[in-house]
Amino acid sequence: MQKEMAYSFPDEVLKHVFSFIQSDKDRNAVSLVCKSWYEIERWCRRKVFIGNCYAVSPRMVIRRFPEVRSIELKGKPHFADFNLVPDGWGGYVLQWIAEMAGAYPWLGEIRLKRMVVTDESLELIAKSFKNFKVLVLFSCEGFSTDGLAAIAASCKNLRELDLRESEVDDLSGHWLAQFPETCTSLVSLNISCLGSDEVSFSALERLVDRCPNLRSLQLNRAVTLDKIANILRRAPQLVDFGTGNYAAELQPDVFSNLAGAFSSCKELKSLSGFWDVVPAYLPALYSICPRLTSLNLSYATIQSPDLIKLVSHCPRLQRLLFLIQVLDYVEDSGLEELASSCKDLQELRVFPSDPFGVEPNVSLTEQGLVAVSLGCPKLQSVLYFCRRMSNAALVTIAQNCPNLTRFRLCIIEPKTPDYLTLEPLDAGFGAIVEHCKDLRRLSLSGLLTDHVFEYIGTYGKKLEMLSVAFAGDSDLGLHHVLSGCESLRKLEIRDCPFGDKALLANAAKLETMRSLWMSSCAVSFGACKLLGQKMPKLNVEVIDETEPPDSRPESYPVDKLYIYRSVAGPRFDMPPFVWSMDEAVKILH
Amino acid sequence: MENSVAYEKATELRLGLPGIDEPAVLSSVKNNKRPLHDEKSGENGKSAQNETAPPSKAQIVGWPPVQSYRKNNFQQAKKSESECGGIYVKVSMDGAPYLRKIDLKVYKGYPELLQVLENMFKFTIGEYSEREGYKGSDYEPTYEDKDGDWMLVGDVPWEMFITSCKRLRIMKGSEARGLSCSGV
Repeated sequence: MQKEMAYSFPDEVLKHVFSFIQSDKDRNAVSLVCKSWYEIERWCRRKVFIGNCYAVSPRMVIRRFPEVRSIELKGKPHFADFNLVPDGWGGYVLQWIAEMAGAYPWLGEIRLKRMVVTDESLELIAKSFKNFKVLVLFSCEGFSTDGLAAIAASCKNLRELDLRESEVDDLSGHWLAQFPETCTSLVSLNISCLGSDEVSFSALERLVDRCPNLRSLQLNRAVTLDKIANILRRAPQLVDFGTGNYAAELQPDVFSNLAGAFSSCKELKSLSGFWDVVPAYLPALYSICPRLTSLNLSYATIQSPDLIKLVSHCPRLQRLLFLIQVLDYVEDSGLEELASSCKDLQELRVFPSDPFGVEPNVSLTEQGLVAVSLGCPKLQSVLYFCRRMSNAALVTIAQNCPNLTRFRLCIIEPKTPDYLTLEPLDAGFGAIVEHCKDLRRLSLSGLLTDHVFEYIGTYGKKLEMLSVAFAGDSDLGLHHVLSGCESLRKLEIRDCPFGDKALLANAAKLETMRSLWMSSCAVSFGACKLLGQKMPKLNVEVIDETEPPDSRPESYPVDKLYIYRSVAGPRFDMPPFVWSMDEAVKILH
Repeated sequence: MENSVAYEKATELRLGLPGIDEPAVLSSVKNNKRPLHDEKSGENGKSAQNETAPPSKAQIVGWPPVQSYRKNNFQQAKKSESECGGIYVKVSMDGAPYLRKIDLKVYKGYPELLQVLENMFKFTIGEYSEREGYKGSDYEPTYEDKDGDWMLVGDVPWEMFITSCKRLRIMKGSEARGLSCSGV
């Protein structure tokens, strides 16, 4: 009876129902119900997210989903952010653009992260997609202002251009002037990554002027403080604003102009930028502070008293990113102030001002984080750099914040023990995974033995991403994680004594994950080859810039190892320092 | 613990490859193939201090995990800060085992600077005259300017000096005399 009912719905009805299902997970589930649902679903999927651009080929995506309008791709492994992935490793988007140009004429949105995007790719995008609306290049590289000029000139209905944290070659400052006068559709523009000469300010002003729907604007560092007021007055509807430079000699008329411009932005909820801050200009923000929910001061080199004053004006702050940059005051107490005034805080990130200094330059310790955990019960996401930690503090934090979903702690000196007991921090991190039942992301640091991994394997059932450095004693540590963490998708490990045993014993687990990165560990070349042989659905890639791994004995450990599941087979764009352990490729390489 | 039993069982049946039984090389900070860049070493005479410093003071690639994007942006900020701060220059003295560093911004003029140098290196500087340089002593204070030339301290106005001085050297003996005789 039920079977008949399922087939009695016309396709159009099912299609309509499916259109309400937006999340990839749900869409994937729908497609697994039965063959007809699979067929209907694939024809009406409009958005595709590909977490690893090498996990599948463009052709395969196009074959399965012929009517895609929006695509998101990620390229390099996360550790590329810290210079662990050599230049030329891969992550090129050109092939994807080329194939989609033919297959998806109505493609409107491209979002890329950690990919290599050339001017040729940008020009191809500009040429191929008549309805192009959204381009997000997050932490990408390989392109210049020429490519941007092509996008600006051709994309008549561009809504979003977001270049956050990308590396752009500066060739000319006039690409902004390429936006035609008829372009009035911009909603979001993030050019914060551009160098000093890359932006023509007058072109920017005119662009802002004619885009009444502009909600989000992040300027680059070259834009000086006196120009901010001009921009803000042209865009009082802004919700999200990133200043350029925030430094200038204090002049009363500039100050009052700026304060007035800020106060005219009644919708402004989020601020960022603030390079080179002159504290005297911070009060210009006071009028909008009560509305702010997000404040990114992570580039602002201001001292704690000014910081505290500013933050105390922002009681509704939910997201606060800041840089602890100080020479001579108590930063823990700054966090204590924060904890007492920002009760809605959900996300906190504290970056180090002097990451390579040996002696602490600031008085920021675990106490600051403990204070925030106590005062801000809604805390969900933490990124915290500090120089000392204790198990007791971590246990307190875990108990205070059971809702944590992301916890990344970086104790700057590797293998630092609990400063009170000199013991490893196993128990502290154990408390985190035990109490925070929804923890999805965890980064470890400090002195850690295999025990911490036992805790993680036992309690980290929802853990999706784990970052490990300078930790563990033996393969048992890695085994605990691979065998215990049911939801694990991404595992990245550096400088840990993990070798072949745990990896080979848990080979099947790797097919359930997106990727595994291991560098400066103890995995032998022989084990890599074995894995490559036995697991055809995995791409096992060895990275070694000094010499080919087979020029040494098989028992020798590899320098870097990147393993990821793929239905596309081994990739063909590997540079000379990357070796695929796939049998088929070995002959050709 | 059930886990470790399962672990042992799981590893029993794997294909053994020669040499895999022991982890070949335990990784550590020192295993990094990239040269460890120690910013604090390499100066004459400071090496004595560095030899006793623990190896962890060297920079490890990619650690702490601060994004290169953030590092680059913040370095720029720091640079401009230090430009507004002190003007630190190295001071060497012929025959002395190690160098010193002083902040030229702290001093108001040549007399103060020379006094400080005398105290620091325990010597006396002669009397300065435009024509003859420093008379009455074996030592002459010299500096390397922006063009890379070695000049006698005292010839140019103080403000010009502090902005053009890259390092100081207290020359001794005949070399010193040669400099003062040739004039600038």
